[in-house]
Amino acid sequence: MSSSPKLALIGMVGLCGAMLATAALAQSAKDMPNVGRAATPKEIAAWDIDVRPDFKGLPKGSGTVAKGQDVWEGKCAQCHGIFGESGEVFSPLVGGTTPEDIKSGHVARLNDRGFPGRTTLMKVATVSTLWDYINRAMPWTAPKSLSTDEVYSVTAFLLNLGGIVPENFELSDKNIAEVQQRMPNRNGMTLDHALWPGKGLTTAKAPDTRSVACMKDCQVEAKISSFLPEHARNAHGNLAEQNRAVGPQHGADTSKPSGTPVQRAADPAPAAKAPAAPMALLNKNSCTACHAVAGKLVGPSFQDIAKKHGERGDAIAYLSGKIRSGGVGVWGQIPMPAQTLSDADAASIAQWLKSGAPR
Amino acid sequence: MNSDDKPSGRLIKAPENFLDPAGIRQVFAEAKSGRRDFMRKAFSAAAAAGAAAAAPAALATSNPVQAGEGDPNILTLPEHSKGLGQAVATEGYGKPSKYEANVQRRQSPGLTQTAQASVSFAPLQSLFGIVTPSGLHFERHHQGWWDIDPSKHRLMLNGSDATMLKKPMVFTMDELMRLPSVSRFHFIECGANTGMEWGNVAVPTVQYSHGMLSCSEFTGVPLRILLDLAGVDYKKARYVLAEGADGSSMTRTIPMEMVESGEVLVAYGQNGEMLRPEQGYPLRLVVPGVQGVSWVKYLRRIEVGDKPYATKDEAVHYIDLMPNGQHRQYSSIQECKSVVTTPSGGQVLLDKGFYNISGLAWSGRGRIKRVDVSVDGGRNWRSTRLEGAVLPKCLTRFNIDWVWDGKPALIQSRAMDETGYVQPSYKQLREVRSTRSIYHNNAVQTWLVQEDGEVKNVQLS
Repeated sequence: MSSSPKLALIGMVGLCGAMLATAALAQSAKDMPNVGRAATPKEIAAWDIDVRPDFKGLPKGSGTVAKGQDVWEGKCAQCHGIFGESGEVFSPLVGGTTPEDIKSGHVARLNDRGFPGRTTLMKVATVSTLWDYINRAMPWTAPKSLSTDEVYSVTAFLLNLGGIVPENFELSDKNIAEVQQRMPNRNGMTLDHALWPGKGLTTAKAPDTRSVACMKDCQVEAKISSFLPEHARNAHGNLAEQNRAVGPQHGADTSKPSGTPVQRAADPAPAAKAPAAPMALLNKNSCTACHAVAGKLVGPSFQDIAKKHGERGDAIAYLSGKIRSGGVGVWGQIPMPAQTLSDADAASIAQWLKSGAPR
Repeated sequence: MNSDDKPSGRLIKAPENFLDPAGIRQVFAEAKSGRRDFMRKAFSAAAAAGAAAAAPAALATSNPVQAGEGDPNILTLPEHSKGLGQAVATEGYGKPSKYEANVQRRQSPGLTQTAQASVSFAPLQSLFGIVTPSGLHFERHHQGWWDIDPSKHRLMLNGSDATMLKKPMVFTMDELMRLPSVSRFHFIECGANTGMEWGNVAVPTVQYSHGMLSCSEFTGVPLRILLDLAGVDYKKARYVLAEGADGSSMTRTIPMEMVESGEVLVAYGQNGEMLRPEQGYPLRLVVPGVQGVSWVKYLRRIEVGDKPYATKDEAVHYIDLMPNGQHRQYSSIQECKSVVTTPSGGQVLLDKGFYNISGLAWSGRGRIKRVDVSVDGGRNWRSTRLEGAVLPKCLTRFNIDWVWDGKPALIQSRAMDETGYVQPSYKQLREVRSTRSIYHNNAVQTWLVQEDGEVKNVQLS
């Protein structure tokens, strides 16, 4: 390409692009009749749901914080926590922002290396992003099921949890631009990087590191400053089983202490076992979004459920009933929504639970 | 020694099987302190003691043979040399050998709480060349994967308003597959690849440190052709929004410059067959050199517009926190990077002597120009051989000779791309970005080869 590295850096996207373009686009669109058709207005309305930072695409509507709380408790709290604070399933949404941040538009805690997490409200600069994503992708197990006004109200509730709007607030297409002016991290984004492969969204002229390819007697950092502690040796499973059984190197047997002689004989490793039958059912019905076989997630583990209810005489009827109806109170205050799966599927999951929920 | 009922044809067992329990305990204890010589002595002692079994002639070798005899794998003809093999089309779609069962994509324990919004890593330590077998391609799903009926899949093109193009359009898969196609090899790397290692060593193997990386031959239609068909006004529409059909309906902003160049593809093919469901069957966007999140899977809609979109994955995630508290937004290019895959973390070198160090290099800005390797922690470097084709925005395989003398070694690779950019060290990267940015970690990787042959993931300072 260019002989000047600097020129090449600035112009490389365009240059590479131009070369490819000539070859790929020899034919013009005029020569390709009868491929594709015009989209109907109704089709476009059904799919064109994106909302931009300037609110282009935002449908008319409104919702209150109070209404949002109802929707939240029914459909959002099980993953995100009652106050949007939970990090059990996803990164926390709320926390870490202050009234001062709302004034400055910079979240001060992002400079506090001692602060443990970075919540959504600490990072997001644009309120449109929240509206758009809740509308297109939430709730996680039933995306695109909220009405427009429900999206407004859940967004209002989330903003209220972050202290951005008051408790009696009603968010609407009319006032959302004013809310944008209160987003705690609205001034927190920068385009000062050379990582945008186009012209519009970068202000840097060159990459931020300028390494040089020294070849001989180079300055080195020869002290090992970080390595995995011995107790984490097997934390990713036995590495002997994660390497091919033949080759220049074999996997270290991390089920044994460091330094154990490596096994050279290559017995064929057993093929990965297919998941036990009900896993397909559990995945298909999104049960595994909230329950693990062992260990609490949003809800109790299957094995804990098996322990608690597997012994009762009506275990299958009770458990399949509970699976279908949902409930709250048996395992805590996070509600489980009602599930729409067939009687047969619910019964086979219940049967598996009754047998102790083996892996 | 081979009296069990295992099929013949396997390697003979290693000399350590001659050790008695006391000997094994002793070897473990001594090996822990890294005394390789002691281990050898222990082996000799044990072999001498177990005189009934013929003493191995070569103790610390991966090709042992009994003195005066020979390898039973040679001396006793195996079944497959003396019998009738299996019929054609026994498997309508062939599978890897059963001996390859260890080569799997895997999750990193504890990284995510759900298996639907999660990632699985490609086993780079076991791969050759530059192509990732489609079944081992890394996965990143935001709301679970689907196997979508291609006869019902549609691609829509529209504008952020009516002035952006002449005609909003809808295409079926049948129609897209009638258009002029191109096939190109490109790497895809998640922006968060190596993200767990920003602050310190966190994972043991190259699968977990670099395995959100894959490379395929993708076949599809340049998006430019579709935009031309719809009569896009390229003066106004400088941004493209790509949207998926799955639950999360993933959206990302792509610069029109890249589409105009002809390199952005609407792809249906991967390594000679259709895309795998985990990779977006039947249609995904291919955005060469750009982080994987922009390669929208289950692609259902392309919108052209005059402004960027600040979608969830460019306003909440995939933004890089800088030391001053600001986040870099729309950071998309995967900069020049490389990693040695053999030997790599979690492996054990079986003996001293000759090895072929091999690894992968890639750059989101074009072709790889050179890859250097150091075995002394970066003091001295040698340039490597580049294997096969060196293609733009594609993995490049490098290798270099090495004779291991049994002493500790620090193996590193450092790539340079055709723009002259040189892959930085951790020190150089952290000086600019500190350690909290999660994304776009392209630092030089170091593997420590211990005296006992085990390879560990380490960082230097």
